[in-house]
Amino acid sequence: MIRTRIRPNTSWFSIDWKEIIEYKDLLWLLVQRDFTAIYKQSILGPIWFVLQPLATTVVFTVIFGSIAKISTESLPPFIFYMSGTVLWNYFQGVMNGVSGVLIVNAGIFSKVYFPRLLVPFSLVVSNLGQFILNFLMFVGFYLYYYYFTPANIHPSFWIGLLPLLVIQCAAIGLGVGLWLSALTVKYRDLRFALPFFSQLWMYATPIVYPVSLVPEQWRWIVALNPMAGVVELNRFIFFGLGSVSQDILMVSFFASLLLLVSGLLIFNRVQRTFVDTI
Amino acid sequence: MITEPAIAVSHLSKCYHLGVISRKTLQDEVRYWWYRMRGRDPLRHMGEIAPTWRHETANTQFRRGALESTKREEQSLDHSADPNSFWALRDVSFDVEPGEIVGIIGRNGAGKSTLLKILSRITEPTEGEAIINGQVSSLLEIGTGFHPELTGRENIYMNGTILGMKKAEIHRKFDEIAAFAEIDEFLDTPVKRYSSGMYVRLAFAVAAYLEPEILLIDEVLAVGDEQFQKKCLGKMQSVGKEGRTVLFVSHNMGSIAQLCQKTILLSHGKITQFGKTSEVIERYLDEGSTANSEGFSVPEDVNKKIYFSAIRSLSKEGKSTNSFKHNEPITISIHCRINKWVSNAEMGFYVVDQRGRKVFTSSNPLWRRVTHGYDTVSTSVIIPGNILVPGKYFLTFAIHLPRIEYIDLVSDALCITIIDGGSAFSSEQGNDYGCVFVECEWKLEGFN
Repeated sequence: MIRTRIRPNTSWFSIDWKEIIEYKDLLWLLVQRDFTAIYKQSILGPIWFVLQPLATTVVFTVIFGSIAKISTESLPPFIFYMSGTVLWNYFQGVMNGVSGVLIVNAGIFSKVYFPRLLVPFSLVVSNLGQFILNFLMFVGFYLYYYYFTPANIHPSFWIGLLPLLVIQCAAIGLGVGLWLSALTVKYRDLRFALPFFSQLWMYATPIVYPVSLVPEQWRWIVALNPMAGVVELNRFIFFGLGSVSQDILMVSFFASLLLLVSGLLIFNRVQRTFVDTI
Repeated sequence: MITEPAIAVSHLSKCYHLGVISRKTLQDEVRYWWYRMRGRDPLRHMGEIAPTWRHETANTQFRRGALESTKREEQSLDHSADPNSFWALRDVSFDVEPGEIVGIIGRNGAGKSTLLKILSRITEPTEGEAIINGQVSSLLEIGTGFHPELTGRENIYMNGTILGMKKAEIHRKFDEIAAFAEIDEFLDTPVKRYSSGMYVRLAFAVAAYLEPEILLIDEVLAVGDEQFQKKCLGKMQSVGKEGRTVLFVSHNMGSIAQLCQKTILLSHGKITQFGKTSEVIERYLDEGSTANSEGFSVPEDVNKKIYFSAIRSLSKEGKSTNSFKHNEPITISIHCRINKWVSNAEMGFYVVDQRGRKVFTSSNPLWRRVTHGYDTVSTSVIIPGNILVPGKYFLTFAIHLPRIEYIDLVSDALCITIIDGGSAFSSEQGNDYGCVFVECEWKLEGFN
């Protein structure tokens, strides 16, 4: 028989993973809902999933490539920007979605109990679906540039690391999103700051420029940004270029892990009583 | 073998912090820390304004303190000393045996919803503990998680899994649920296209097919048309017969009396009585007669779209009173605040006598004329004299969208006493000669 014990919980490390697994049906339904509900009653429907990153890439190509003429390390600007944008979009989608979880779902959370971590997890999965569509588009352009243009593209055999990169991307987005979600319950200001914050972060990440453009003495700042490592490594495995140092990768990996674990803990702490303050 | 109780609650307390000096924005937080750094804690200062209360709560804490760690006690003391905190539940203990249907009654703010929220794990208690043996489902609302863009079919799955069902289980019961909701032909229509009646029926149908061992229900029967309500009450009763444990919060004494063998009466966060339903209801109504002599008023409620801010009964001369002669008209003055206008809202009230019988209901679409842009609305309603027979009456007020939802509901907001001012039945005082005076037309048709 199931026995539930309800008491003021003081432990930080009490995430009930078993319970989350028991609710896996709900997880899939939430993912399904995200997919079917987002673009209902829009003409282009799921085409929006790929249209957004495509449009962003075109804008970057025109502004940073043709007008500002920022170096793309001998690569065609279009594919250079797209490689970064696709990963960044996944990260940003997860972060933005997760950061609003407690506020957006306050109505549901204050009426029924289910492991609240399910909602952030469902966002990671539904955004992954979107990412895969974007990624396929990227692969299409990539193959075009590889076979039909003289572009300087040398895929590295490290390409097998790609799933790990995607996981790291999700981990950072989830970790930061969980932090923001927990903090937004108390400080509503953060909701207004988020779009600004995520844009700043994007420019701090080498998406529209290569790390090699960053002066040597400022590289350590890049290293502190875990997304920088992800984006640079991604470029390295697809194009065989970029300045990826082991140090940056190690820092990036541990920073991601730290963000994820601390995000899970703070979210779990806040979600227990957040309906009292919302 | 001794069976364990299905629900064992011991010393449960819940403290809320009210938002007088809440730190909602970063700016407030910074200001708060600035004050503290300069040695002036605004919260502490507030506490000193009410020294007597602080003393009192400190004393009660002292007696309980022996059981708890010193640190915990300090924490509690802090809560109590802070006038911005409010104990919604205080030291509540009770057991519910498997298979029992137990009602929970109490006035607004007595802690009923808080208790249910803690038991359904929506929030955590501040102190104490509850142990629940068995699979729980809680219905604090119907249709939780419904997404307007999804179809009826998709929403049945969504809502069902949110309430704790497995997908396979819903799949098995799907046809029954659809049939119960009477929406077969609209199963693949997005629910945003549903009429509100259909929406409610669908939501209810999913809830009705939950099969947990323990069911926690909050006032969900307050919506839907009457026929459908009966259907649901029937379904709930069969739930009890199948050996399920049910905890049922309601304002409706009728359904409590009908469904529950035992009832808990909560007032000011404490259990005042737990026993046979009929006795508890009697006590509840009795308490009401003393509690509400000043009328009803609430300071502010941001959570409701529209809410009653004050309800008072007035004599013909406009004086606040709660006792009237039987032939005197009763004027009720009602003030509401509007946070967000709801079009087509109506206001109504019903009158219950001391035996728990509903005497009459009055509802008025007068409000349909009110449109956006007002903060408060004042209404008055007159119950004509020569209708209510002498005795005590309890008036429950609601602002509602008829058959759809309650925007605000204040049960037993007023208690009025009708005194016999020389009626034709004054010699019958104490006898039950009915609920109302009716001026019947008697005609002598002649002798033969």
